[in-house]
Amino acid sequence: MAKRTRVTNSIRSLRFASGEMTQADLAERIGVTRQTVIAIEQGRYSPSLEVAFQIARVFGTPLEEVFQYPDAPDGDHA
Amino acid sequence: MSLEERRVWTYAAVTLVVSAVYAAVILARVAAGPVADVDYVRPMLLAIGAALVLNMVVGPHGRERRDERDAEIYRHGEHIGFYVLAAVAAAALVLTLAQFAHFWIANTLYLAFVLNALTSSAVKISAYRRGF
Repeated sequence: MAKRTRVTNSIRSLRFASGEMTQADLAERIGVTRQTVIAIEQGRYSPSLEVAFQIARVFGTPLEEVFQYPDAPDGDHA
Repeated sequence: MSLEERRVWTYAAVTLVVSAVYAAVILARVAAGPVADVDYVRPMLLAIGAALVLNMVVGPHGRERRDERDAEIYRHGEHIGFYVLAAVAAAALVLTLAQFAHFWIANTLYLAFVLNALTSSAVKISAYRRGF
């Protein structure tokens, strides 16, 4: 079973809202491999802050609209 | 599969095959006579050279560059692999202090590098497949 980070994201929906941008297009624009974009979308990899900001800039949205960090069910914010 | 991940798979496969062939050759020689008389130097040098050449020849080639995820996975794999290398190298040190034959010391060091390569590759492949 794949390890998932607690960071969730809306990249998939943002890509489709941006003229059905492909994962390869996004990867090209932020300077990573397509496999890394796939891993980020699937929650298998949390990108660096710099790449996160680059993704948000590609979609022209604030970082919080691309990435979310929900509270833990027990209220633990650690 | 990214170029870097293919490179890790190739590295692991080459290490596994070359070290298995080396082990088969050496075990056959050990079975044939005393360890002190076993000529292990040439097979070991051939194995090391073959691994280097095979990685260069059969390893994937391409223009895709390594990104931050590749770099993080590489560091993570090498970090874990280092502990294996250090542990087995410590065993080689003990053998040296105990004045064991060069055969055992050299082969323990070779084993250290093989286990380092296999462990770091396994950790990297797991990180690529399961997440990191």
